[in-house]
Amino acid sequence: MRYLVSVIDDKSNPGSTDRQPAISAFNERLVAEGCWVFAGGLADTDAATVIDNRGEQAVFSDGPFVESKEYLAGLWIWEVPDLDVALTLATEASRACDRKIEVRPFQ
Amino acid sequence: MNGVEEALTRAHHEEWARVVAALTRRFGDLDIAEEAAAEAFAAAVERWPAGGVPPNPGAWLTTTAVRKAIDRIRREHKRDDKHREARMPHDDTPAEPPGAIDDDRLRLIFTCCHPALATQTRVALTLRMVGGLTVPEIARAFLVAESAMGQRITRAKAKIKAARVPYRIPSAEDLPARVHGVLAVLFLVFNEGYLASGPGTDPVRHDLTAEAIRLTRLTRALMPRDAEVAGLLALMLLTEARRPARISASGELVALDEQDRGAWDATLIAEGHHLVRERLAAAAAGVAPGRYQILAAINAVHTSARDIRDTDWSQILALYDQLVRLDPSPIVALNRAVAVAELDGPEVALAIVDRLAEALAGYHAYHATRADLLRRLGRGQQSRAAYDRAIELAGNTGETAYLTRRRDQLR
Repeated sequence: MRYLVSVIDDKSNPGSTDRQPAISAFNERLVAEGCWVFAGGLADTDAATVIDNRGEQAVFSDGPFVESKEYLAGLWIWEVPDLDVALTLATEASRACDRKIEVRPFQ
Repeated sequence: MNGVEEALTRAHHEEWARVVAALTRRFGDLDIAEEAAAEAFAAAVERWPAGGVPPNPGAWLTTTAVRKAIDRIRREHKRDDKHREARMPHDDTPAEPPGAIDDDRLRLIFTCCHPALATQTRVALTLRMVGGLTVPEIARAFLVAESAMGQRITRAKAKIKAARVPYRIPSAEDLPARVHGVLAVLFLVFNEGYLASGPGTDPVRHDLTAEAIRLTRLTRALMPRDAEVAGLLALMLLTEARRPARISASGELVALDEQDRGAWDATLIAEGHHLVRERLAAAAAGVAPGRYQILAAINAVHTSARDIRDTDWSQILALYDQLVRLDPSPIVALNRAVAVAELDGPEVALAIVDRLAEALAGYHAYHATRADLLRRLGRGQQSRAAYDRAIELAGNTGETAYLTRRRDQLR
């Protein structure tokens, strides 16, 4: 079962910036346990561009699709047997990143 | 009630969770299990009066439910050509040994009380899947519109399926926290019955307290060695035992010091005391008691006193001290202060209570406790103001009536 694991940061109360060693160690464990599918940190939301080509011509807009205090700072994709395993890992992930984590199953 | 009706009621109480649990395991889908179980019980209501009660009602219900579930899956497969040949279930599995079926009910309880679900959803799902209450019954119990309650349960089943919440007993390291989650759900059901909220409801909802006790008994039968399950059951029994004396003829709540102790249920008290003694023996052997065991012990001290004046307050205070170490929440501190008032006087207790002002400003029991202490200290005007605030915040009709009378008795 695949889960999208989102790392949520908060602009008004950001997590600490020295988490890379803890995250790297956690990633190595995910790989060793066979849960790791993908991981990536994201650039600031200011670097985002939204494209809407549903109408007659494509419209580009600068910035994220929704302006909010909380935003997606990075993500994982995990392959694990069930939600309990995902939640146990996410509990550790939140500690490693010093940020909130959302676990959402793929269809 | 005639024989068939009795058999139907008994079967519903004893077999509902078993049928749902067995089908959930077999088909891996709570929605199919719930619907098929409901259809099987409807078939029993239809057929047993004329055809007679089958010799093994549980087996009849499970077999019928399995058949209904397979019918539904076949119908869905026919509708959806793509999946016609996929996972076609066959009805050839041998009957499960009783032990495994008991485990299934425990799996069902843990799934319904999963931490990925909101607390109110856990309560609703447990009452539906394990307790066998209908959606309208649960909606009435929590003063929610039937459609909203139906949606809540449907969404929960969909989440369990989509997110793949496992159908199993949690691992040993997760077990204590998960058991605690289950007990919290059962205690919520009990408390909603014991101190029902809402301006239009009866002050005590016996249907809910009885259901909570029934589900806790079931949980205890499934986890006989868990000390906190035993503690919660004892706590519920000793609380329920006082119910006959708790509401006056006019619907007013009767405080512990004014209750007719002769009206307490001696059978429930005996059972509760027996459980508490068992836990005390374990504690003497070095097993530290948890929160529910301590609360049960406090209630055992209260129910041991034939008269309010015989209450062993020093033992109650010692138990609260133990509870504070486990749970330093302001609500525990407030309840402890009530015992302090009996031992060291209302002035000492009031000083403790006043320190909780910020944390408990919105909690009616804080203001009610304060009002009573101020009354005992002869500070009538302050007491009246505290009663006013408590009455404003109290959600229980019997409690509102009680607080209003106490306020109006102030001189």
